[in-house]
Amino acid sequence: MAKVKGAVVVDIEACKGCELCVETCPEDVLSLHKEVNSKGYHYAFMENPDVCTGCANCGVVCPDTCITVYRVKV
Amino acid sequence: MDVKEIIKPENQVYGKTELLTDNVMHYCPGCTHGVVHKLMAELIDEMGLQEKAIGVAPVGCAVFAYNYIDIDWQEAAHGRAPAVATGIVRINPEKFVFTYQGDGDLASIGAAEIIHACNRGENILVVFINNGIYGMTGGQMAPTTIERMVTSTTPCGRDTELNGYPLKMTDLVAQLPGTSYVTRQSAQSAPAVRKCKRALKKGIKNVLDKKGTSFVEVVSTCNSGWKMTPVKANEWMEENMFPFYPLGDMKDSEKDKPVSNN
Amino acid sequence: MGDLRLMKGNEVLAEAAIRCGCDGYFGYPITPQSEVMEMLMFREPWNETGMKVLQAESEVAAINMLYGAAATGKKVLTSSSSPGISLMAEGISYIAGAELPCLVINVQRGGPGLGTIQPSQADYSQAVKGGGHGDYKMIVLAPSSVQEMNDFVDLAFELAFKYRNPAMILTDGAIGQMMEKVELSDYKKRWTDEEVIEKWGSWATTGKPSSRERNVITSLELDSEKMEANNQRFQKKYRQMEAEEQRYETFQIEDAEYVLVAFGTSARVCQKSVEIAREKGLKVGLLRPISLFPFPKNIIGELAPKVKGFLSVEMNAGQMVEDIKLAVHEAGCTRRVEFFGRMGGIIPTPGEVVDALEQNFLKE
Repeated sequence: MAKVKGAVVVDIEACKGCELCVETCPEDVLSLHKEVNSKGYHYAFMENPDVCTGCANCGVVCPDTCITVYRVKV
Repeated sequence: MDVKEIIKPENQVYGKTELLTDNVMHYCPGCTHGVVHKLMAELIDEMGLQEKAIGVAPVGCAVFAYNYIDIDWQEAAHGRAPAVATGIVRINPEKFVFTYQGDGDLASIGAAEIIHACNRGENILVVFINNGIYGMTGGQMAPTTIERMVTSTTPCGRDTELNGYPLKMTDLVAQLPGTSYVTRQSAQSAPAVRKCKRALKKGIKNVLDKKGTSFVEVVSTCNSGWKMTPVKANEWMEENMFPFYPLGDMKDSEKDKPVSNN
Repeated sequence: MGDLRLMKGNEVLAEAAIRCGCDGYFGYPITPQSEVMEMLMFREPWNETGMKVLQAESEVAAINMLYGAAATGKKVLTSSSSPGISLMAEGISYIAGAELPCLVINVQRGGPGLGTIQPSQADYSQAVKGGGHGDYKMIVLAPSSVQEMNDFVDLAFELAFKYRNPAMILTDGAIGQMMEKVELSDYKKRWTDEEVIEKWGSWATTGKPSSRERNVITSLELDSEKMEANNQRFQKKYRQMEAEEQRYETFQIEDAEYVLVAFGTSARVCQKSVEIAREKGLKVGLLRPISLFPFPKNIIGELAPKVKGFLSVEMNAGQMVEDIKLAVHEAGCTRRVEFFGRMGGIIPTPGEVVDALEQNFLKE
């Protein structure tokens, strides 16, 4: 079975820190950052990038469409 | 494998559709409106409907929907979106016309317009966001507020003796002969969002095939109005809203099921 | 000579709409104007010209259907009578705020409230001062014959599109129900979708091509600076209407010492009053405002220095009389402006008007 590896890019300024992506991620890749963006929101970021499979669930649930998802077969 | 090697345009599997504008949505963090806006934008894009689509925005939190999806829009008076959509589609029957309404707009002040538009079978898609509360005005009781739910005008919870009963609009319009597809969806998890997208797509297809009114309710959260975190609001919705507003198709004329058997 | 018929005023409104290339009508039954929609449904214009007709579930729905239809850049209208127009007031305000052209017809009946189904002019102020919320104006035309019921439909659309603004035909149950000889207009073709895009594509909801920005029809603007700028733009438009669109007719005005001012049905009465007064040796003339907004104040300003007084004759408690007083005042004159009116659905008689003239101006 081919393994897949993923990665996400969060548009930090568009993120409102709602945490829905963090909650939905099956691999616990995402977390809210300690830092805040210019609006004062703790933005989402890949805390454990190694385990991302690029399933895109985070992007799908994101109300602000600030997550872009990438995936490769390895 | 380094993250930088993965993040390349050719590897992108999910991203923002061009039909969504670059305006940052005014919605609160975690608001379901953002998800449903995104789905409509994706579908209009994927189905090549930009030149055909005319959206009708409501009064309520989604009043600025026209700032986010890159199509022609009209902003209706409170509750009148189905009448406005009727006017557009009667004059231009080849357009894809949809209303996007909240529960205060659709189920309260606009109850007459939605019932009659559905009963005439206007060839439109109705997207109905039901979070059981008036979000924009600060969290007052809506017709859809469930029993015992706390809002700013039901501080001790909705008392049916004082406030009457929560109104199931979707069940009502499913009884009307003009509707072709009536469904209740949600958007709190990735599978739910994907399913909701399929329902919206079916509604759009029905409109393109001139089958009459398609009605898609999305049971939603209003974490500001409910005074919960977005994650907590999703849990509360699953525990409290879903038993009263069960998800699923209520009417699908394609399957030729009589309404009474659903 | 065109198509000569003997027809009811209300029916002529419907016929004129079909013939002027209208795209749609949305209405709700109310006496004394129901013949407008009845005639349209009988004529089935969707089979002939392609015009759509829909009976809405309420006046509220009808005006909002009109709002939606007008946004597409096509010619659309509704008709109602006084209580129904009150229900439509919110929608008319949205239409004016979103700057959409359309035609609203008010076949007035007496009020307030449910009032009476008899003719009245008690909605004058509602029509010319706005009617709904916010600072807006409609172009208001007042026919006084069945022929003008025909002619003003086309004129109202022409002005509505010229100014991107709602226009109203303000008539009453008498002219709506009256049968008269009328020369119907020739048929005009409806605009094609291509013509609509060419003419109004800069604002209408015709569907967004990649070649232009999206068109958004809205009256909402939360930025106060921008909202004030919108209002200033509207006001500029209304001032332009006042400069370019004042319409009126005069009758035996040349040597008149006293001028009756009346529109619509009361102007018909006053024409006879002028004849009676002239037989009595009184030098009386008639000024008939045709556009009620913009009010024909220029002609009143011209007449004011030459005459001894004005008598406003209305089927209400005295509404237009205020505009006459303003016009006389603006002309820097101090001529007397008096009022005579009947209410509750009563049409004044020509003799009553002459009596009122004598009472006001010729007795001590």
